[in-house]
Amino acid sequence: MGYLDGFRVTFKKLFEERLTRDYSKHTTGGKRVKPVRLHGRHVLNRYEDGMEKCIGCELCAGVCPARCIYVRGADNPPDDPVSPGERYGYIYEINYLRCIHCDLCVEACPTEAITESKLFEFSFTNRNDAIYTKAELVVDDEGLPQRLPWEDWSDLADVAPHTSAWMRATSPSGSAAYEGRVQWSGELGFGVRASEQGQSLPESEAEAGIAEADAIFSHPGEPGGHDTTHAPTGSSAGGEEGHH
Amino acid sequence: MSFAVDPLLEGGIGLAEVLIVLAKTLIAFGLLLLGVILMIWFERKLISDFQNRVGPNKAGPWGLFQTLADGLKLIMKEDLIPAKADRRMFILAPFLSAVPAFVVFSVIPIGGAFDGEQTGTIRVFGHETYMQLADPPIGVLLILALSSIAVYGVMLAGWSSGSKYSLLGAVRGTAQMVSYEAALGLAVVTVVMLAGSLSTHSIVVSQSGSGYQLFGDFGIPRWNVIATGVVPFVVFLIAATAELNRPPFDLVEAEQELVGGFHTEYSSFRFALFYLAEFMNTITMSAIIVTLFLGGPAGPTYFGPGWLWGVIWFSLKLFVFLFAFVWARATLPRFRYDQLMNIGWKVMIPLALGWILLLASINIGRDEDWPMWAVVGVSFLVLVVGWGTLSLAVEQAQRRRIAALDDEEAFI
Repeated sequence: MGYLDGFRVTFKKLFEERLTRDYSKHTTGGKRVKPVRLHGRHVLNRYEDGMEKCIGCELCAGVCPARCIYVRGADNPPDDPVSPGERYGYIYEINYLRCIHCDLCVEACPTEAITESKLFEFSFTNRNDAIYTKAELVVDDEGLPQRLPWEDWSDLADVAPHTSAWMRATSPSGSAAYEGRVQWSGELGFGVRASEQGQSLPESEAEAGIAEADAIFSHPGEPGGHDTTHAPTGSSAGGEEGHH
Repeated sequence: MSFAVDPLLEGGIGLAEVLIVLAKTLIAFGLLLLGVILMIWFERKLISDFQNRVGPNKAGPWGLFQTLADGLKLIMKEDLIPAKADRRMFILAPFLSAVPAFVVFSVIPIGGAFDGEQTGTIRVFGHETYMQLADPPIGVLLILALSSIAVYGVMLAGWSSGSKYSLLGAVRGTAQMVSYEAALGLAVVTVVMLAGSLSTHSIVVSQSGSGYQLFGDFGIPRWNVIATGVVPFVVFLIAATAELNRPPFDLVEAEQELVGGFHTEYSSFRFALFYLAEFMNTITMSAIIVTLFLGGPAGPTYFGPGWLWGVIWFSLKLFVFLFAFVWARATLPRFRYDQLMNIGWKVMIPLALGWILLLASINIGRDEDWPMWAVVGVSFLVLVVGWGTLSLAVEQAQRRRIAALDDEEAFI
């Protein structure tokens, strides 16, 4: 029955399990669990004491390949400082019609001020809404991202805390040898976050790598460019390319 | 025939009769509209199931109100008439599609007890009547005539739009519907020969009761699908699919090639009318198949009101065909245009014609008391010879065409 085989094929499909998840309903599958390193909407983090991390250095704007970030720094008012240092991000805007979520801004940031959350719903309806300002980007008093009217927050508990996942999933300088070494400051509402696990080298190699990492990190006072003098000489494990 | 006229209209026609007919009209209209709304939802849901999708599920429970939402959306949209369109024809065409779809339903018996001696009458306020809007003595002819009028809807829509895609779709559609109309009609002839009547009610009555007893009470029903030897049923089913412009015969719309075909230029409520007509035709055509070949509402009655059992049997049979149409749509790829024409003219029409000859000769043989084996034998012989001649002719024509092509190439 060559001609009628197709009917059997389609009929069998009737009883197959549907793979579709009901996006809007958290009870029937809901949104997918996000990958650890998902590049979503940015947040501007704050220190545990509520101070903003951004120092208005514009490195993020400089590195941005899509040129979607606009930053203007200003001196901190002495009586009511916004950030702990000398200067702070006075204007901070990201145009999400241009952003390609490459995360280069996150890598460039010297204070871990800008990180990417796992929020991904950019369903604004006009061009002005596409430009997120500090009001939308700076985390609220609990350290959670601002809730924007066009975002679905039904999976709040899953998504909201993961505002700096990329950084914690990756070891500093991109070397697996540094996994588990916390090199970031605490965040408002969360404290010093633990590092993500799960990409370790085999144990023997890891030990060599940690020894190497200790050699580097034991001279924190040195400016970055002078690290070469303390670079390990005998070992070849791990890559320290990021420290130049 | 004794059942040719609705008993309601025998004797005088007073106010009560008129009111009952009016009520029946409203019920038929409402039922059909409701049916279409459910059918569109059912088709979309089922085709999703066949394609391992979920389908509409947001509007109402299980997406039941999706059709209403779609209809509302279409009505709200801008009603656009292209500058190049022939306005009067453009406006007329959707109605030519939708109205016949409605009218055909009026001759379909949708309920009533057809068990044993019962002939499907119900009593409404002391008046006997059938559970169908009208039972004209030429019911089957009416169906064929109206489905021909629907062709004008397609043709005029495409022609008056002033767009090449619409015109192409309309030309295809007209050719297709005219070709398959013949096979459709010929398949119906076998049923009419057997029932001895053109009235849909009489055709249902002739199929009621169990004809061929197998084990005690249980037997094969006296449905025309068996009595006519299955072939006309298959021919009718295929021709009906082509008449409906449903896949695999949807060359008229062929959205990949013609951007919607004849209704490309239509928008708003005019498009909604085409859309409505398309699904309504699916329902009415399934109802016609059920009436002609599967005994309509005829079936055993058990408890409770008999007419309800008629409705149940009718709905069940109808459902089978609606399901089958969707199933075919989910499974079969569209025919090529030459394949379509080949099947229509070289297979369906000769087959239906030959089968009419066979059934007619058997009928005559039975009346004249000729030996049956001789009648069947001679008929089959004639059919085989006829089929052979046809194939030879087709082959010869093909050879000539190829030869002509070769000659042309020689000049180039």
